[in-house]
Amino acid sequence: MSRGKRFKGKMLDLILNKDLKLTLISIALGLITGGMILLVAGFNPFSAYQLMFLGMLGSSRNIAWTVVQSTPLILTGLSVAFAFRTGLFNIGVEGQFIIGALAAAMAGYLLNLPAILHIPITIIAGMLAAGLWAAIAGFLKAKFGVHEVIATIMLNWIALYLNNYFLEFDFFRRPSSESSHRIQESASIAIGWLRDIVGPAVRVNWGIGIAILTVIVISFILKRTTLGFQLRAVGYNRDAAEYGGINVNRNIVLSMAIAGILGGMGGALHVMGVSRQVSVLATMEGFGFNGIAVALIGNNTPIGVLFSAFLFGGISYGGRNMQNIGVPTEIISIVIGAIVFYIGSYRLLDIVLKKSKRSKGRNIE
Amino acid sequence: MDGEVNIDFSNKMVEMKNIVKKYGDFVANDDISIKVHKGEIHALLGENGAGKSTLMNILYGLHQPTSGEIYINGEKIQENSPALSIEKGIGMVHQHFMLIPNFTVSENIILGMEPVRKWNQLDINKAKNDVSEISNKYGLRVDPNYKVQDISVGMQQRVEILKALYRGAEILILDEPTAVLTPQEINELIIIMKNLTKQGKSIILITHKLKEIKDAADFCTIIRKGKMIDTVNVKKVTSDELASKMVGREVSFEVEKKLQAPGNSVLKVSKLSAMNNRGIPALRELDLEVRSGEILGIAGIEGNGQSELVEVLTGLRKALSGSIKINGEEILNEIPKKIMKSGVSNIPEDRQRRGLVLDFSIAENIVLQNYEREPFSKTFVLNEQAIKSFSKELIKKFDIRPTNENIKVKALSGGNQQKVIIAREVTNDPDLLIATQPTRGLDVGAIEYVHKSLVNQRDKGKAVLLISLELDEIMSISDRIAVIYEGKIVDILDIAEANEDKLGLLMAGGKK
Repeated sequence: MSRGKRFKGKMLDLILNKDLKLTLISIALGLITGGMILLVAGFNPFSAYQLMFLGMLGSSRNIAWTVVQSTPLILTGLSVAFAFRTGLFNIGVEGQFIIGALAAAMAGYLLNLPAILHIPITIIAGMLAAGLWAAIAGFLKAKFGVHEVIATIMLNWIALYLNNYFLEFDFFRRPSSESSHRIQESASIAIGWLRDIVGPAVRVNWGIGIAILTVIVISFILKRTTLGFQLRAVGYNRDAAEYGGINVNRNIVLSMAIAGILGGMGGALHVMGVSRQVSVLATMEGFGFNGIAVALIGNNTPIGVLFSAFLFGGISYGGRNMQNIGVPTEIISIVIGAIVFYIGSYRLLDIVLKKSKRSKGRNIE
Repeated sequence: MDGEVNIDFSNKMVEMKNIVKKYGDFVANDDISIKVHKGEIHALLGENGAGKSTLMNILYGLHQPTSGEIYINGEKIQENSPALSIEKGIGMVHQHFMLIPNFTVSENIILGMEPVRKWNQLDINKAKNDVSEISNKYGLRVDPNYKVQDISVGMQQRVEILKALYRGAEILILDEPTAVLTPQEINELIIIMKNLTKQGKSIILITHKLKEIKDAADFCTIIRKGKMIDTVNVKKVTSDELASKMVGREVSFEVEKKLQAPGNSVLKVSKLSAMNNRGIPALRELDLEVRSGEILGIAGIEGNGQSELVEVLTGLRKALSGSIKINGEEILNEIPKKIMKSGVSNIPEDRQRRGLVLDFSIAENIVLQNYEREPFSKTFVLNEQAIKSFSKELIKKFDIRPTNENIKVKALSGGNQQKVIIAREVTNDPDLLIATQPTRGLDVGAIEYVHKSLVNQRDKGKAVLLISLELDEIMSISDRIAVIYEGKIVDILDIAEANEDKLGLLMAGGKK
């Protein structure tokens, strides 16, 4: 009884939570703005959105695709959110994703091991490589005070060209292609039997399970461990943390490294479950940059990131369905952009809400 | 001071009637009315957060009252705004000066109202003349040609006052004007205020220092928790009466101390040298000793090396040379954690920047230094139950409010934030407790509490190093007083032989 009551109270807290309320309003406003643009462009927004939601959740195949699309976003979003909670802005998640994918593709193709070893080693290769990669930015900040935004933006481009450089070598590149060799079957995390159910083209894989597990682990680390305590203290108030005897510089490097590990894990899972190879990149793929938006929509909490990644993945996949009535895909980007904009102008929304409350109060008087 | 009163009771300059200001459910001003006559110095007394600043911001037009009426010079003010209130003759001197450091005094004063010649050319000569003229008229000595960054804090304040007068202010609001001044400068300021009232100006003085009110003000309105308690004629009340009206209970300023002889040397600093952030020597071969069972106060004007001394002592700043011994153990240039372990605790100067993680809960702040120790954590996992029960215990023991340990510290009042720090630091049971400006921005009730805590440490036989810019504070609880000037301890006086004049002279660099 009392447990039931407490649960109800907690749910109520969650629903009435100001941040969540503002996020939901932002999402609604984003959808409305997108709808108006659809209207202006000469489409019926209701039927367009109906198609979008069917594309997201309308069939087992669509649900599976939404999940597959969301998996890397959960991890890149988590990477950004984690860094943000510790006071760092990890723009470098795109590069960390690339490095993670590259390292996983190499480990997945070059090693010959039984699956029980090959799968974890491949993931760990991606995580470690990206962790070290991100730690460079942390080190530069701790040692020389280089702002992590600058360092990680530069590292993104270095990662991209490093990826392309490795694809020049014959040991790695598949002959007469723009891609690497495919990873061995023993490194794949695809779920074969499920593919038979939802359709052969859908690349269902265990990645989502690993991602959700990681969300729980990160949530635990942040809330319940001494490491999380230190990292959050440094993030909220570096000076007080230093005064309290916490080694600030060590924590900056560590925090970037963990963020990199998460981004790299996203890249590794993508290679192992979906693409099975890495390709020459002409430009950034955007898994990392979208992760920044995912973290923002998820209010930089691990659980929030999980939901917002599904929303983001769902809208961007399901939105393609709107093409059936001739809506260009750009509209989808506009809807997502509008949501991010409203969340970014969070303060503005906050002020507007307060004003309207106040004027209501006046009317009562 | 001389009992001379310049008030013209027939002439009401400011009248605020039944002012109510609500923020949501919170009532910042609950039916407050004040009257200020021509030539009157009217003090607003109240603890921090009592609603003094809100009331003055309403008068200045920064906030609109929820209800109530404002009259300036007999004229009812509607839809008040800073522009309108300036036009009606209100001038405000903020606690933190709003001056441009690399502009000259006269440039700062005319800023925004520059006299011009044809084609909008700045008439700098007229500006200088204007400034000299008002400066002479009101007896506010300034040199119009000096850059603001090169003049003393006291003179900067005079510049702020002149700025308001230049804009035609008839009513001056001074917000905590003495917080940054030396005793001598405070006396000068009081003379200036008296002078201004002689010329027919009115002054509203926001303060929580009773001594100034007794010295300067004619009338005093006391505000407590947003409510007006009383308006009194200052001549007819004692400081104690004012204090109890402000706090709502009896307050004692006398801190009782056991008579005890100091024991062994706990902190011994010799020939300590260090630079400040700009690479200029801040400490020059400083010597200092604090013994167990005594409070050593360091008096000095801001910027004479106090901050650097504390930073070096706590390991946040590297010293160039010298020695710091805690119970005989050398700790010079060790990391903060090591120094803490050797028995040093610290109540930092800037509690919001250094002392607390504002976005952390009370409980998290209480274990900020001890979270790695059992029972608060075991093999990297925090024990929330242990943290919670420990925090509850300290919250009760140190009377921290609100009592919910999960509330973020940023929601606490300044006094309660300080209690969180004191709870944490004193519970470490340090051999040496360093307290830097421990009562800055606190109200009388909280100050009393902080002082008692420090004296308690001393009575327990611990060493306490108190660094403060408030001479009254130093004199009321120290056993010995060291005066710091330009990075050196110039003299150490026993409390029995110390007085304000002697200390003031030493603080200003005068020889004994």
